[in-house]
Amino acid sequence: MSAELTDLTAKAAIDAIAAGDLDAAELFGAYRAAAAADELNAYTWVAEDTPDLGVAADAPLRGVPLAVKDLFCTRGVPSQAGSRILEGYRPPYDATVVAQLAAAGTSLLGKTNQDEFAMGSSNENSGYGPVKNPWDHTRVPGGSSGGSAAAVAAGLAPWALGTDTGGSIRQPAALCGIVGLKPTYGSVSRYGMIAFASSLDQAGPFARTVTDTALLYAHMHGRDERDATSVGRPDEIALPTGERLDGIRLGVPDTLTGEGVEPGVMAAFAAALETARSLGATVEQVALPHADHGLSAYYILAPAEASSNLARFDGVRYGARSEAGDLLSMYTETRHDFFGDEVKRRILIGTYALSSGFYDAYYASAQKVRTLIARDFDAAFAGVDLIVTPTSPGVAFPLGAKTEDPLSMYLNDAFTIPISLAGIPAISLPCGLSEGLPVGLQLAGPAFSENRILEAAHALERAFAFENTPSRIGGGAAA
Amino acid sequence: MSPVSDYEIVIGLEIHVQLKTRTKMFCGCELTFGEPPNTRVCEVCLALPGSLPVPNAEAIHLGVMIGHALGCEIAPRMKFDRKQYFYPDSPKGYQISQFDEPLCAGGGIGGVRIERVHLEEDAAKTIHAGASGRIHGSASSVVDFNRGGTPLAEIVTEPDIHSAEQAGEFLRLLRTTLRVLGVSDVNMEEGSLRCDANISIRPHGQTELGTKTELKNMNSFRYIEKGITAEVARQAALLDAGERVVQETLHFDPRTEALTSMRSKEEANDYRYFPEPDLVPVPVTAAMIERARAAMPELPAARAARFEEDLELHPDTAKLLAWRSELGDWFEEALAASPDGVSAATAGPLANWTTNELLKRLEGETDPGGSKVTPAALAQLVALVGAKSVTAAGGRQVLEVLIAEGGDPAAIVEAQGLGAVGGEDTLAPVVQEALAANPDIAERLRGGDMKPMGVIIGHVMKATKGRADGGEVTKLVRSQLGL
Repeated sequence: MSAELTDLTAKAAIDAIAAGDLDAAELFGAYRAAAAADELNAYTWVAEDTPDLGVAADAPLRGVPLAVKDLFCTRGVPSQAGSRILEGYRPPYDATVVAQLAAAGTSLLGKTNQDEFAMGSSNENSGYGPVKNPWDHTRVPGGSSGGSAAAVAAGLAPWALGTDTGGSIRQPAALCGIVGLKPTYGSVSRYGMIAFASSLDQAGPFARTVTDTALLYAHMHGRDERDATSVGRPDEIALPTGERLDGIRLGVPDTLTGEGVEPGVMAAFAAALETARSLGATVEQVALPHADHGLSAYYILAPAEASSNLARFDGVRYGARSEAGDLLSMYTETRHDFFGDEVKRRILIGTYALSSGFYDAYYASAQKVRTLIARDFDAAFAGVDLIVTPTSPGVAFPLGAKTEDPLSMYLNDAFTIPISLAGIPAISLPCGLSEGLPVGLQLAGPAFSENRILEAAHALERAFAFENTPSRIGGGAAA
Repeated sequence: MSPVSDYEIVIGLEIHVQLKTRTKMFCGCELTFGEPPNTRVCEVCLALPGSLPVPNAEAIHLGVMIGHALGCEIAPRMKFDRKQYFYPDSPKGYQISQFDEPLCAGGGIGGVRIERVHLEEDAAKTIHAGASGRIHGSASSVVDFNRGGTPLAEIVTEPDIHSAEQAGEFLRLLRTTLRVLGVSDVNMEEGSLRCDANISIRPHGQTELGTKTELKNMNSFRYIEKGITAEVARQAALLDAGERVVQETLHFDPRTEALTSMRSKEEANDYRYFPEPDLVPVPVTAAMIERARAAMPELPAARAARFEEDLELHPDTAKLLAWRSELGDWFEEALAASPDGVSAATAGPLANWTTNELLKRLEGETDPGGSKVTPAALAQLVALVGAKSVTAAGGRQVLEVLIAEGGDPAAIVEAQGLGAVGGEDTLAPVVQEALAANPDIAERLRGGDMKPMGVIIGHVMKATKGRADGGEVTKLVRSQLGL
C-alpha cells in the first residue's frame, strides 16, 4: 500500500485527493515513513509529525509533501546548506519559494542533503555525508542537489526543490533518472536561498514526470519584490500536453563529437535524437564557438561570487564559532574548522581572481566570455527552437571515484555550465540507460521559453517511456 | 625648525552623510537614533543567510538632489559594487557601495571641486569594552546593528583645500547646503555627518604631491581643524628633520590632541571591489533627475548672491547669513516683520544688528532662534533706531533687555526711559550746560580744534543717560558756538 502511494505522481495524488479517493494526511504519512527510513542519506532533516493539512484542502497542490534542498531557508527548521558552519542553524524566515509553495498547499516533508553551499557534482562535499544513488548504492547521485534528486527517484518524496548554479539540478536529475528543470535566471525568486554564486543560482523543481515538474514550477516562478534580480517572466506556465515535435528544430552543438563522453551516453543520446525525429523534429548542428570556454569562465565567476557570499560566515552572529584569543584568529579558525575543502578551494580561487591587479585578467575576462557565450546562444536560437545535449558526459560514477581530482569532477558540468552562464532555461529528462544507469537528455531554449521546453520534453517523455517508478528501479527494487 | 608656512598644505576631504530616508538603504527597517540596541534589524541588515538587498529609491532621489546641489553630473545608471572587508560591523563581509560608476561626478562648491558622490550603506556600531574604547586591548566587543544599513552618501573632494580653516569653512558650507536640501540631519555628534581628511604637504613650488596620510572620523568642525593643524605640524617636523612622511591612517584624539596610527599602507585592505550581483543596475531616468530638481530649495550659495544683489548686503555679511541656514532664516523672518518694509534700506541695518549686535551677545550661539529675542522684536528695535526714537547706544541697552527677558522693544524703551533725547527744545539746554561746565573745551572748539568734541558729547551722554544722538549733539555744539 505504502509503495503504491509513494509511486504516485504528484499530479495523480492531487487528483486523487481532490476526488476524495486519497487522504492528504495518509499520503504525507507514507512519505514521512519512507523519508524517516531513508538509507540513502538523502535527508538531513525529516518532519516529525504529519502537519494539519485541513487548511490546504482547497489549495492547488493540496497537501502534497515537498522535499526542500537544505540551502532554502525554512523558518524554525534547520537550514544548513550542507555545511558544518551552519550546523543547527534555524532561520527566522521562509525563503520566498518555500512560502509560495506552502501557500499553494504543499507540506514540508524534509530538508535534503547537498554539496556544501552547492559546490560539487557528486554530493560528496556535504558536511553531513555523501548521498547514495538509488539506482546503485555504491554510486553518487550527482550534485549539488543530490539529496533532492535521490529522494525523488527513490520515492522518498514526490517532488523536490533544488538549485542549479552550473548544473546542480540537471546533472543529479540525469544521474538519478528523473526530471529536473533549471528555469531562466530571474524567473524564480532567490530570496531565502543561501547563496553560492548570485548571478547564476536559480531554484527549480525535481519530479519523476515532466507534468509534475511543470506543475511545481508553475507555483514557484514570479516576480518577488525582495529579489532585485527577479523579473516576473514567463507569465504563465501551462501543463504540457505535447505528443509530437512536428516542425520543432533541434540543434546539436557542433563541438559535441563524443570526445570526453561515455560511449553508452553517446549511444543513448543518438537514440534520443532518432526518437525526436520520429516525432517530427528536425535535427541540425549549431555553432556555439565560445561554449568551450564556459567551464573556465565559470570557475572564475562562480568562485569569485562565492568568496564574497560566504564572507558572512564569520562566527560573529550565527552558526559555528571557534573560540580564539582575538578577532582575526576567531575568523580564521572558525572558517578553517567548519568549511570543507572544496569550499575553501573555491574561496581561495575567487579571492585571488578578485584581487587588486588580477581583476581584469580573471574576473573581467570571464565576464566577457560569459557575454560571448550568451550571444552564441542568441545566434543559435535564431536558427533552432531548442538545443539538445546529453546532460552529463557520464552516468553515475562510483562514490570516491573523482574526489581526489577536482578537474575531472568539474568536467561533469561541461554541458550544463554554458547554459547557466547564458542564463537560459534547460530541462534534463531521462532518455535511456547506459550500463543499467540512467542517461539524461538536456533541452535548452531561449530565455523564458519554459513552456516550449516543457511541451517538447513531454512529447519525448511519452516516446522514451523511461521506467522510473520508485518501486521498480535499481536500488529501490533491490530494497 | 622652520615654520609650517614653508610648506603648501594639500587637503582632500571625504565626507559621509547619513541620508534622511524613512527606511534603510537595502531593507525596510526604519531609521532611528537612540533606540535600544538591535531592535531595528531584519534578516537583510543582519546578513542572515539567503537574504537579499533591494535599493531604497528615496535614497537614490536624495543622492541625485545632492548631485544637483553640488553641480555634479548625474550617472545614467545606478550601479552598485561590493567593497569587501572583514570586521564585525560589516555583517555581510562586504559593504554595498559604488566603485567605478558613482551616482554623481564632478562639480564643486565654495571654491572646492567635488570628485564624486556615491551611495552606500553604513556599517553597524561596534562598542569595545575596556579602557581604550578601541578594539585593540579591549576585553570584549559588542555590535549594535541598528545603524547598519543606514543610507550614506560619500562626498569626495578634489585636493583643493589648503588650510585647516578652509577645510572648516568648506565643511560649514557643505553642511548648510545639505541641511537646506533636507537630505540629512548633518549632526556630527550623532554621526550623521562624518569627515575624513587626506593631508599632505610639499615645499612651495614643488609640483608633485607629498605623501598623504588619512585622518579618520573626526566628529566636530573644531576637532577637524585642530586635527589637521596637528597633522600638518607633525608632517612639517618630519620633513624639517629630513625624514619621510609614511602613508598611514591616523586617529586624532581630541582630548589629548595626540595622533595615533591605525594602520599603515602595508596593512591596507585590498577591498576586491566587484559589481554587486544581487542588484541589477537601475537606470537614472530623466524623470528621476527632474523630480530631484523640482525638489531643490534655494541653496546657501544662491541665497548669499540674492542677499548681495537684492538686499545690497556686504558680501561677508551675505555669506555669514546664508551659510548658516538657521541664521539666514531668522534674519529673513525679521526682515519680513520690519515695520519699514523689505528693502535694501531696512535690510542693511537689520543685518548689521543681527550679525554684529545680536550674535555677539549670544555667547557663541549661532542660531538666535534659541534666544528670547524674536525676529519681530529685533526688526522693531532696528526701526526705532532708524527713526531716531532710540539712539544706537540706547538700542543696545534695549537689546540687552530683550536677550535677558524678551519682550516688546517699544515697551522697554518706555518703561526704562530710553527714548532718545533729541530736538532743539530738549537737547539744546543740555548742550549749553555742557559747554558752560567745560569753558576751556568750549574755547578750544571755538578756536577750530575739534579734537575735544568727545568730551562735550560724553558730558551730554552722561546727562541724558546715553539717550542723545552723538551727531545731533555735534550739530548743536557747532550752532551754539557759531561755527
